[in-house]
Amino acid sequence: MSILTALARAEAVESGRAQPLTTVRHTHIAERPLVLVPLSLAGEAAAPLAAIVGTEPDQPRLLVVANPRDRTQRFDFVAELARVVLSYVDGCARSVDTGAGGTKLRYAEAPQVIVPNRGGIEFVRLLGRSTRFRRPFGPYPVHRTVPILGQWLTFLRERADHPGSSMLLAMTEVLGNHWATGQSGLEDANLAALLGWIDPPGGLDGAAAAALAEDPLRSPPAGPSTDPTFDNEILAPALAAVARSDSDDFARERALAALTAAVADQMRPTWDLTWQAVRLLRGRPAGASVEARWAMDRDVFTMYHMALAEGTALPQPRRDSAVAAAGRLDRLEREQARYDAQRALDDPLVMAEFRLSGEAFTGTVVAASPNRVDTSGKKAALRPHITVQTEDPVRLEPGALLVSPARLAQQAMVVSVSSVDVVLELSKGMGRSTKQPAPGSVPEVGERVTYGPVTDAYQPPGRFPSRDDTPWTHGGPPPAVEYGPSDNDAAEDWS
Amino acid sequence: MDPLVDRLDRIRGTVAPRNHNARTIAALTSNPGCGRRGLMDAAGVNKGAVAGQLGFPAGFGQSRFAIARGNAFEAQVKADGAAELLQLLRERLGLAIPEVAYDDLSNVGGNASREVRYARTKALLARAAADRDDAGTLFDHPMLRLEIAGYYAYLEPDLIAFRAGGKFHVVEIKSFAVIDGQADPGKTAAAATQSAVYVMAMRELLAELGHPPETVSHEVVLVCPENFANRPTATLVDVRKQLTVLRRQLSRLTRLEAILDALPAGLSFDLAYDADQQPTRPADELRKAVSTIDARYSPDCLGTCEMAFFCRDEAAGSTSALGRSVRDDLGGVESIGTVLGLARGTLTPGAGQEEIAGLLRFAHKLRTECLDGIG
Repeated sequence: MSILTALARAEAVESGRAQPLTTVRHTHIAERPLVLVPLSLAGEAAAPLAAIVGTEPDQPRLLVVANPRDRTQRFDFVAELARVVLSYVDGCARSVDTGAGGTKLRYAEAPQVIVPNRGGIEFVRLLGRSTRFRRPFGPYPVHRTVPILGQWLTFLRERADHPGSSMLLAMTEVLGNHWATGQSGLEDANLAALLGWIDPPGGLDGAAAAALAEDPLRSPPAGPSTDPTFDNEILAPALAAVARSDSDDFARERALAALTAAVADQMRPTWDLTWQAVRLLRGRPAGASVEARWAMDRDVFTMYHMALAEGTALPQPRRDSAVAAAGRLDRLEREQARYDAQRALDDPLVMAEFRLSGEAFTGTVVAASPNRVDTSGKKAALRPHITVQTEDPVRLEPGALLVSPARLAQQAMVVSVSSVDVVLELSKGMGRSTKQPAPGSVPEVGERVTYGPVTDAYQPPGRFPSRDDTPWTHGGPPPAVEYGPSDNDAAEDWS
Repeated sequence: MDPLVDRLDRIRGTVAPRNHNARTIAALTSNPGCGRRGLMDAAGVNKGAVAGQLGFPAGFGQSRFAIARGNAFEAQVKADGAAELLQLLRERLGLAIPEVAYDDLSNVGGNASREVRYARTKALLARAAADRDDAGTLFDHPMLRLEIAGYYAYLEPDLIAFRAGGKFHVVEIKSFAVIDGQADPGKTAAAATQSAVYVMAMRELLAELGHPPETVSHEVVLVCPENFANRPTATLVDVRKQLTVLRRQLSRLTRLEAILDALPAGLSFDLAYDADQQPTRPADELRKAVSTIDARYSPDCLGTCEMAFFCRDEAAGSTSALGRSVRDDLGGVESIGTVLGLARGTLTPGAGQEEIAGLLRFAHKLRTECLDGIG
């Protein structure tokens, strides 16, 4: 949050419509995303009740568990879900990206699973955790696709922590990154209310649409938790009817149809809203680095898909070891910095955050000496100076290194700052000559330029001890036996 | 009669005070600055009914599946003289508990009145506390009480208090799962606060008997299902922090005189129930009465207070309705109209607003410049 976002929220209240927080879309939206709207049974840790899943808005596939507390039925549901998800995942691995160059293989597509909200991501995690250790043999055997689904769900859930990854998205979060509504962040977690502000149905203003969206009868919760009143008054009798009709085929069929219709009514509005949000996002132009980040996702997907096929995929333990966890956090931090930088360079409205704090500025070049040569060193070097007049409140010290979104290869060093202008010394990105910069490589007088501190340049990874040297503060070296899922895990109780 | 209690009685009206439970007492700590909530809770007003009469009913329902699962798990842990629980306490927490006695206090010789049960709990705990030897005892369904602004709130926890090694421990049984050693942080925090209420009530009871507060351990035992099974697991949770917060909030509640003095004398939230138990108090009049006390609405209230939807409506147009962090980012400026006026330069900043006004103008300029020509 910042004053820019806060101001946008205030503007949204006044105008009755959500206000954009970005000028471009920073999240990749796949051509064929897999939308998943899950429901779980209240009170249980991870008892799926139903799900709508599919890649086409007009072809929702509805899966229901007639008795969510029954182990066999639960795994039948998981096996059915596995069929849909795994065929989608494998479909993404069918063609190879020929433009990638080099020797590295990269699939042309990667899976993109979209759930309505943060709770959906937690559902993916729990379902992944509860299925990946199962086995198709031994006690409580399951269909062979169940543990594979578990591995993929765990993989997707892990990717969702990576800033800039678009393989598993919570729609409320994607929308919230792009629009500010006239309600609080807490209320934004309701997909229907959030979309009510962004894209209100005909004739309504955002506040009125959001108020309608809070009525659980009109727009049922987006899951995975269900509305308690629905549970008590509709779901409980429906489940009881199914349970009672065990011996009577005809009655059972009718009871199942009633149950299916009841849960479908709960999920269908969310399904439609999620696709409405997909269309809205597609309508926004993508930022310049969105494609590069998606290529990164595809690389990771390619590697994991091949590793699974070859049986060399790393185990997904219940908990990371200390060293692995530290390495992962370090990676996530570097990815966050890179993601922030890329967005700032792609989007003037994100860069505006830096301008607000005085770390970046926009202005007009009023003087330039493109042929200035620095002879103080051993070798003479081309070091043009430009003077930028700006109204921004610059808070930079001489010596600070900056970069301009228009000339990413070029480095600018602050020479001096006055109340009206900034003098910069440029290096790199001007061609081979040591006397004459390449045409257009040095900003000319009259050009409007932005300079900021952010750069998406490579940052070296942190250094961590090896597993065997895990310090005692972190529990000391882990046991010599490498952790892998065992048959004991498969026998884990599941009720 | 205590004049404060008398005053609170008049504010509440003709109905009996609403009973507190650990959940409502714990909720007192969530927005301590709110005078409206503080007063209504102290007076035992049925906030849900008031909000309903004002046209802002609050939906705080619980799914019957969740209730059934909670009850089933609790029954399982307590079955056979809490055999599973004992095993857990021995194995997981390494507590040396020899033979244990088990006392169910849920009714006393067929008499289940709160006072009788409280007296019985007190008598049994007194005997246990005075006992020098280390025989462990489990107390199921003890009846505890806490003084909330002049009234005793009776607490009927679904918990077991047990004594071992000269100390009492509170055991809280919850049905949310601990998966691979991790549980939902929100639920864990709520459970810790509720347990703190019980610890506090038990300490008060034992203090009356002349025992020091340390007799009741600040470490409560949280029993939850492990992973996806019904097998219970136990964790020790330190609730010292929650105890401090709670103590502070409760002591504030008893200092209501300052709020009360500023209110009109005839103020009442009585809903004027008719013979059919239908409220007849006109909504307008009730609204006026409620509005005489300042609320401090924040979006977090939506999850904890029955009045929240009314207060949210009242707070429309204020920056706090957008969340505390938004309000802070906007320099604490109260009204959204003022924020926009300052940002657009149509309002002259008041004293102390110069700095935030400058920032707002710049932010406004940046947004206009960047969004110019874009949808």
